[in-house]
Parts: sequence; C-alpha cells; structure tokens
Amino acid sequence: MSEKTPVLHVENITMQFGGVMAVNNLSLDVPEGEIIALIGPNGAGKTTAFNCITGVYEPTNGLVEFCGLPMVRNFPRGKMKKLYQGQHADKYAHDPAIRPTPDKITELGIARTFQNIRLWKSMTVFDNVLTAKHMRADQNVFSATFRTNAREEKRMRAETEALLAEQDLLQYRDELAVSLPYGLQRRLEIARALATEPKLLLLDEPAAGMNPQETADLAAFIQQIREKYGLTVFLIEHHMDLVMQISDYIYVIDFGSEIARGVPQEIQNDRRVIDAYLGVSEE
Amino acid sequence: MEKTLRKDPAGKIGAAISACLIAALYIFLILLDNVLPANSFTLMLIPVLKKGAIYSLICVSMNLLNGFTGLFSLGQAGFLLVGAYAYSIFAIPADQHAAVYQYFDGGAIGFSIPEALSRLLGENAGNFVGAIICIIIAGLVAAAFAALIGVPVLRLKSDYLAIATLGFAEIIRAIFQWNGLGPVTNGSNMLRKYTNFSAIQIGNIKLATAFPFFISMICIGLIVLLIHSSYGRAFKAVRDDEVAAEAMGISLFKHKMLSFVISSFFAGVGGALLAMYQTTIQANAFKSAMTYEILLIVVIGGIGSISGSCIASFLYIACNEWWLRFLDSGSFFGISVPFFRDGFRKVVFSVLIMVIVLFFSRGIMGDKELSFAGMIRKHRNKTAEGGDGQ
Repeated sequence: MSEKTPVLHVENITMQFGGVMAVNNLSLDVPEGEIIALIGPNGAGKTTAFNCITGVYEPTNGLVEFCGLPMVRNFPRGKMKKLYQGQHADKYAHDPAIRPTPDKITELGIARTFQNIRLWKSMTVFDNVLTAKHMRADQNVFSATFRTNAREEKRMRAETEALLAEQDLLQYRDELAVSLPYGLQRRLEIARALATEPKLLLLDEPAAGMNPQETADLAAFIQQIREKYGLTVFLIEHHMDLVMQISDYIYVIDFGSEIARGVPQEIQNDRRVIDAYLGVSEE
Repeated sequence: MEKTLRKDPAGKIGAAISACLIAALYIFLILLDNVLPANSFTLMLIPVLKKGAIYSLICVSMNLLNGFTGLFSLGQAGFLLVGAYAYSIFAIPADQHAAVYQYFDGGAIGFSIPEALSRLLGENAGNFVGAIICIIIAGLVAAAFAALIGVPVLRLKSDYLAIATLGFAEIIRAIFQWNGLGPVTNGSNMLRKYTNFSAIQIGNIKLATAFPFFISMICIGLIVLLIHSSYGRAFKAVRDDEVAAEAMGISLFKHKMLSFVISSFFAGVGGALLAMYQTTIQANAFKSAMTYEILLIVVIGGIGSISGSCIASFLYIACNEWWLRFLDSGSFFGISVPFFRDGFRKVVFSVLIMVIVLFFSRGIMGDKELSFAGMIRKHRNKTAEGGDGQ
C-alpha cells in the first residue's frame, strides 16, 4: 500500500447497540484512486460500518479521518460508558467528540448509495440528479425564489444533462425514477451520488439483485467512473466475482471484527474467509 | 429537448390566457366594488370572494409545509393568530386606542402605521401603503414565532410533530389572552377599529375586494416560485426520503426550518388579511378547529397541489357561507321543511366531505396543477393522435 495519506482512514471503530457489538474495533485505510472492498457474510456488520462512516450512526468509539482531517470521533459516553465492552475506550476521550450529520459528511466529499435503492419517488430521473446538485450550488432561498441565481440554475441543469448523457440515462430523462428497471435505478443512484461531486464513493451492495450480465456491466461501469472522475471507491459486496474482479484490496469482517485483509488472491485462499462463508466443519 | 420545450408555443399561449383571465378578474372585482348594484346576489358573492382569496393563501401556506415538505404540522391557527394580532395592533388609529384598550388605559402603543403614513402621503395612499407594511410586519412576526418554536419542534417526526405544533398553537392562543400582555394584546377582549378592507382605495376607486386578491396572488406567486426553485426540489426530496436527502447533502434541519418559517410567514400574512376581513378579532376564535378546517381544504384540494388548494378554498367557502345556507333556513323554495334548521347545513356538509374523501381520495387535483399550457398540449396531442389514427 502507498505511503500517502489515505482518503479514508478508519481507526478502532466500534458500534455497540446495547449489548450487541455490531462492529468491533474495525480499522481500515482507503488509499486514493483505489477500489477497496469490504466483504463478509450476512449480518457481519458491513452496512453498520458504512453508516458509522457516513454519519447515519454515531459510532460508540473510534475515529474516522477523511484526507487526514478527523471527520468522526467518538468515545463511550453516558450509559455506554458502563456498557461498553470493546477496546480502546479511553483512546479518544481526551479530544472533543465530532459527530457530524450525514449532510455535512457529504459536503466534505463522500457520497453513498444505499443497499435498498432510495431514489426520490415523486421526482423524474432528471430532477433526482438535479436535486443532488442543490448542496453545491451558490445560492440562498431568496436568490432561488426571485431567480437571481438563473446562471447557477442553468449551470446545474447543463451539468445534470451532461451527467445523464454520460451514464446513458438521457433517454429516460422525464420518466419517474421509480418506473425505471432495477439495473438502471442502481445506475441512476450512482449518477445521483456523482452529482454531489464526491472524492470518495461508497457503494452499498451495488450488484444486489443483478444478473451476471448486469453485474459484469456494473464492474466495467465502476472502473470507468473511477478513471473518469478520479474517484476512490469503497464498496460492500456479496458477489465474489465482482469483488475479485475490480478490487485492489479487500477487508473481510465477520461478527463485527476483521478476520482477514489482503489482495484478492490472498483472500480467495484464506482459510478463515472460507470458514466464515461456508462454515467450519465439526471435526 | 430543452430547446424544443422552450420553443413550444403552448407555454406562451397558456401564459397569455392566464394574464387575460387575471386582468378580467380584477376588472370584475373593481366593478363589483364600485359600479355593480348591491343586491342579494352581490351581497353574498363579495364576502365569499374575499374570504376565498384569504383562505387560498392560508391553505397554500399549509400545503407548502404539509404537502411539499412532508411536515405534518397542525400549528396553522397559532400563526394566523400571531399575524392577525401583529397586524391589528399596529393599525389601530391613535385616537381609538382609549376606546379599544379601555381596560388597559389606552394600551402601550400609541401610534398606527396607516395613520402615520396618511399624514405623510395623504389618506388613501397612507392607508394602502400602511396596510401593506402592517401585513408584512404580521408575516415577519409570525415567522419569528415559527423560528423559535421550530428549534425544539422540528426534531420530531410525523404524528409527534403534529401534536407538538398543535400544542404550541394552543399555548400561543393562551398567551395572547393573558392579561399581563393586555397593554399590547388587549387581553381576552377584542381588537377593533383598525384599518380594514373598506379603507383601501385609490382615488375614488374602492378596492375592498380586489385588495385581498392582490395580496394573496402575490404571496401564492412567491410560493410557486419557491416550489419550482432549487429549494423547492430540496423540500420535495426531504418529503420523499429523508435519509436519501440527507445523504445527498441536503441539511434536514435547515430545510425543514426554512419551510416552516416561510409557511408561517405566509400564514401570518393570511392572518392579517383575515383580521382585515373580520374587522374585529379575538384570540379565542383561533381554535384548533380552524386548523382542521384549513387541513380539510388542503386535503380536498389535493396534498401537493397549489391550484387544488385554491379551487378547494373557494368551493369550501362558497358552500359553507352561501350555497348550503338554505339548509339552515327552515324552508326550501317557500315550502317549509321541518328538518332544515340551524346546523343541518353542517350535517350535509359532513356527508359531502365524506363523499369527496371516499371517491376522490387524493383530492380534486391530486398532486397535479391546473395549467392552460398543459391543457393546450393535451388537446393538441389528442388531436394529433386522432389524425394519426386515420
């Protein structure tokens, strides 16, 4: 791995819900320009780890740095102080906690998609992408109402049009987002995430429910957008074909804890990973 | 695609038709006030038009919050009350203070904005400009109240938000009736003698009916502009999926607060117009039943449709105040009908509303808008399809 500051640096993240350790002491690095995968069996805590990074959850303990700047930092407080069973409980307690809301994290440059597609149902394909541009636009509620931001609005529309054209979605421009076929909805969700102008793209099971052909298309698509936008991609996935094909580095977790890390070839032959996925024989 | 849309003549024709209709409407309203004779028909029509215009604004302001941002708030009556009071307090002429605030030694405020401006600009212009300034103050005060209430309340979701806003509306009503604030709000006594619609005129032309239309139309126009702007799209994103909206960088608190404050601003303006219409106001009248009445109109018109809210407002007010009045009168075309007595109108009205809710469950307009451009396009497509068929 490179010596540069990673785009995303996750350190000792622990998420404990009452007595359940959903994520336990997870540390990982996502270097710039690479595609990093987080895999694990069902219920391993992959999505919880994602939610800790994107601000949906407040991790019980741990630190997340984005481009070297602390983005999330927390330590067991309140009733979690007694309940906490993880490690490093005091490691971050001497610094103030940082607990941004998801919109602040998106503003820093991290965009995400969701495991079960969350497009805005009443809006057209065009409006879905256009609305994601709202955050970066230079405007306020008065300039928007009185149309003194016309140039900005025009720029947003032109960029949306260009983005849709690049993603081959332009012919569906005026259709309701939910009326698109499943594969295209996934692609639209990625396009919408790209509209927020991210540096890091988090994909939560992008190939869920896709057939092998669609999965192969998706792999090409992810690599293509990475090169085009200079993105770093961090993904959760179940499709081993896709993961092995596109990832530069893989982290494997089970029951919230890391069990292996390495390049795809290493992971494929790792005994612990095979055990976690297939189960351990009784002998 | 964008270019072809812009060249489409339907948009221009639609705008032209709307402009002509609006001009015709104002000419009619001015004629109604000045030229047409006062008979039993116009005597019923004028109040219905005035109240309908005011309710349109109030319902659209509620629709902005409930229909477009997805915040189920029931605090509308509270903000109407704040607006109505803020308007009237600044519009009572100085020499009437002793009479109005008779239990509070003439009250704490000794001036009236329309009166002060009348001295500067002459009586008619003073009343006109003064009333508009007071209306804007009413909106701003209501918006300030909303900003204060919004901080704790907007952390809640769905039903809990409804309960909390309902509670705050009742608290506002109680506070405005408190004797401690008597020098300003006149306690539980009514405020009266302030500038009302009959004082609004330019030269000799009375504008008593045109004025509420004028203010409502401007305000609804602003709301429509807002909804079609980037912020309007962000509001709809919050309504459709909060989690996705937040993940796309739309700050939930900021946008909910904006919607709440803007909606309350226009509710305050609506309250000021209502005060002008009623000529006397009393905090006790702004009960939660009023919020339900507004909510009912919004639901009948279609949640998420501006034109639906306006149409439903006029229909509701006309039915309630005029067309169904005969049900209370005890006779029908001169024949005495024993069960047509006081309150029977409300029974029939409830049945009508039930029918609407059952058979038009998404309201009159659903979430569509009435537009002439749309109608022209539809008609043209229909004829084009007919032509292709042959």
